[in-house]
Amino acid sequence: MGQLDTLLITAAQAVIILLMSPFVVGLIRKVKARLQCRQGANLLQPYSDLTKLLRKGVVVSTNTSWLFTATPYILFASTFAASLLVPVFLSRIPLNFAGDVITVVSLLTLGTFFLMLAGLDAGSAFGGMGSSREAIIFSLTEPAMILSIFAVGLTAGSTNLSTIVHNTALMNGILTDPPPHLMALAALFIVTLAETGRVPVDNPATHLELTMIHEAMVLEYSGRYLALIEWASAMKLLLFLTLLSNIFVPWGIATEPEPVWMAMAVGAWAVKVSALAVVIGVFESMFAKLRLFRVTDLLGVAFILALLALIFYYILRG
Amino acid sequence: MPFVDASGVVTATLLATIVLYGLGILLPQCCPRHPHLQNLFAHGAATLAAMSGIVLGLSGLFIDAPPVFSLPSTLPLLTIQFRLDPLSAFFVLLISLAGAAVSIYAVGYVREFESRHPIGLLGGLYNAFLLSMTLVVMADDGFLFLILWEIMSIVSYLLVVTEHEKADVRYAGFFYLVMTHVGTAFILVTYLVFFQQTGDFSFEGFRQSIASLPEGFRTIAFLGALIGFGTKAGIIPLHVWLPYAHPAAPSHVSALMSGVMIKTAIYGLIRVYFDFLGGDFPWWWGFTVLAVGAVSALLGVMYALMEHDLKSLLAYHSVENIGIILLGIGAGMIFQTYGLANLAALGLLAGLYHTLNHAVFKSLLFMGAGAVLSTTHTRNMEEYGGLIKTMPWTALFFLVGAVSISGLPPTNGFVSEWLTFQSLFLSFQLPDLLMKIMVPIGAAMLALTGALAVACFAKAFGITFLAMPRSQHAREAKEVAWPMRIGMGLLAVACLALGVAPMVVVPLLDRVTSGFTEATLAGRLVTEGGFALAPGLGIGFASISTPLLAILLIVIVPLTLLGVVLFGGRLRKRLYHTWGCGINLKPRMEYTATGFAQPIRQVFSMIYRPTVKVETEMLEESRYFAKRKTFELSLEPTFQKHLYDPVVRLFNLAAERLRVVQAGSLHLYLSYIFITLLVLLLWVS
Repeated sequence: MGQLDTLLITAAQAVIILLMSPFVVGLIRKVKARLQCRQGANLLQPYSDLTKLLRKGVVVSTNTSWLFTATPYILFASTFAASLLVPVFLSRIPLNFAGDVITVVSLLTLGTFFLMLAGLDAGSAFGGMGSSREAIIFSLTEPAMILSIFAVGLTAGSTNLSTIVHNTALMNGILTDPPPHLMALAALFIVTLAETGRVPVDNPATHLELTMIHEAMVLEYSGRYLALIEWASAMKLLLFLTLLSNIFVPWGIATEPEPVWMAMAVGAWAVKVSALAVVIGVFESMFAKLRLFRVTDLLGVAFILALLALIFYYILRG
Repeated sequence: MPFVDASGVVTATLLATIVLYGLGILLPQCCPRHPHLQNLFAHGAATLAAMSGIVLGLSGLFIDAPPVFSLPSTLPLLTIQFRLDPLSAFFVLLISLAGAAVSIYAVGYVREFESRHPIGLLGGLYNAFLLSMTLVVMADDGFLFLILWEIMSIVSYLLVVTEHEKADVRYAGFFYLVMTHVGTAFILVTYLVFFQQTGDFSFEGFRQSIASLPEGFRTIAFLGALIGFGTKAGIIPLHVWLPYAHPAAPSHVSALMSGVMIKTAIYGLIRVYFDFLGGDFPWWWGFTVLAVGAVSALLGVMYALMEHDLKSLLAYHSVENIGIILLGIGAGMIFQTYGLANLAALGLLAGLYHTLNHAVFKSLLFMGAGAVLSTTHTRNMEEYGGLIKTMPWTALFFLVGAVSISGLPPTNGFVSEWLTFQSLFLSFQLPDLLMKIMVPIGAAMLALTGALAVACFAKAFGITFLAMPRSQHAREAKEVAWPMRIGMGLLAVACLALGVAPMVVVPLLDRVTSGFTEATLAGRLVTEGGFALAPGLGIGFASISTPLLAILLIVIVPLTLLGVVLFGGRLRKRLYHTWGCGINLKPRMEYTATGFAQPIRQVFSMIYRPTVKVETEMLEESRYFAKRKTFELSLEPTFQKHLYDPVVRLFNLAAERLRVVQAGSLHLYLSYIFITLLVLLLWVS
């Protein structure tokens, strides 16, 4: 790959992620609305929301410091940087060497860390409660996430996402080693729900006390700051869906930087993440939100699944 | 001259370092009437000495034949000999790096002690402390090592009890004194095991004694070193003294104790395992170190979360980070057992990198805590709040330290934790199935530890620096003096530099690890023209490039800002008070540190065993209105209750019994002496 190709492919990925992420949010909302026998908002509603928020003024609490203003930018930048490290339509992305899955997780954590601080900054008990709850949920998610990715990485012999995706694409995806892969998939799916604040862990649709995690942390934000945070959340959701689809069902992804293949790969990827978004929408409609202290059991299940995936891998391979 | 085998630079800097620390001890004694001058002399000399120590450490890392310095000694058994091999040089560098920044900070910090404490003593001891640490990692003789180790321990004890007018400080000091001597006893056992083989106390003799050492004795040496050095390092369950002693000392001393002194124990462990024992271990040694590391890391951070004394919180994080360091070293030892030299070097390198990083960010955080303490005069986090507005610099530096210790990119903590993760993951190359499954569980525990550390520092930074001040103390806080800001700023820059430039650090560390593992990593670990790290060692396992991550973040933030301004126009901002559901928001309504940690306390109640007592006093007129409510929360100090208290009780019981022979009567004592003499004479004849 030449310098120009590198730049073009990275830029293309950046644009695709930026543009696609609000759509996924809209799609999940639409699915949920239809399952509730409602018409639901337009699929493109999140775009209108972002546009409106970006143009509105902001109200900022007198208690806050510079950190409150900086957080949306840091969150957006770290989430965006993380999504540049994930293979979307080309398995061997040019930025592969910049970081592996641990880096992606750490970059997302950087955003979460600042968001937790911002939640405390306004001095309201709501924000503090959100930060405090986010702390426990994201702490318990981390081990399951690391172990499940490692279990998959073993098959590919790498923790670099590009190498994982490339190798599983050349092999048979989830069919290479079905038992450990299925368990890792289940674990990573639970992790996705927890990390992106979906039902049954958190409810993105309300600010009620019962569900106050992510939405409570960002309660004091408005205008362009809120837009950046919402957009970053959407990108994070898309990132996890991309991970799930490209690691476990890598079919359709381009393994070489041929323009035609890549164009087709973008289509394949869009279909896969949309399908996953529908699954999440259905899942959210089927389950009620869990009590906060029951969520730990769910995350415990994810951890055990990831551990079993690891053990099964070794036992099957001998 | 008694100096042999030393190149000019090393000799000169070693002499300069010792002389400058010596001046730092002596000069302040010359002007007891002028505490301000004493302060300047003591910490000025310490700063210069530490700078010279940095040069010494760096040059030691580059010399192929380790320079040896010996002085004549008239005492039997004691050979005064120092040797600067890459391992020693690395630790000299680490001690001096943190020492230099802390010494600059101390100029400002000690000022408030000037009116209350003898500065000559405080400054002199401070220099002696730094000097003893610098020399102990260079000692080339078991006996000399133990003497310097004792000096280091006793000097640090004296520094801990600086504020001896407070009862809890005296208790902390006594606790520390007892524990450190128990530790020294175990180190002595290890050294005696080596000594009895060859009758030689020099380190060279120790190395040679291995050939003839039976299996049982090797195990004793291994366990003795783990317990002995582990006590100093603060591994669980030997950590109990650490959260008492480190916070009790003046903050600049806390920074050195937590950031630097416990690293001398890591030095001791590596010296014994990889050097004396020759890196030849049964598998369970490495596994034990790994398990101890994982437990220390996880429990350390869990206890830290429950602390709302800022300095105790940081002290518990030292337990956590020692655990992370031991995870790397333990993984290295396991790989060494199975003959995987490259991976052994990687594990050891990860451990050493984290050792260096922890020295930098822990010293920084303790200095930050000291700055907060010096202006608010309280260690209770629940009384802080809003300090980011009154102390912007301290807050910024503390934030850098908090991001680093949480292991987030692009700081130094991220790089070393990443290397530790990789060395744990590469366990899939081990031939043993049990190890293949157990070692990644260590990685999962590291993941949980890292996440809890993020939560803990969100709490520590958020409650201390953000939102509204919770007390009068916090409202009256002022930014600290310039020397303190410079000291913190230097280490904050070091946190970022060690993070974005691992390609400079790794070759230096490689000089240390290649001496013990027959593998040179630097060439293979640093790839993409020095831009990325990839411990794949030919397999293409994984890579990171922190410079690129830093560039990405630095580029995207302004681009986002530009995009938002272009799209949304000029910022229309309205300031308004936080909505308090109709009531005026008061600091009392803010989330507290205790409240922040509540979900974690509840989820892990198995470990904390909390007792909560809520008492409500109702109004007499109506039982629906409470007059007052009290909330009491206590956690069970598990290790003290179940492990230490029984031992203390046993000692007290034994002492009670022994009182019979020591009744305080002079005649009785005289008769003891007489009987002893008689028995001895009979025995001799």
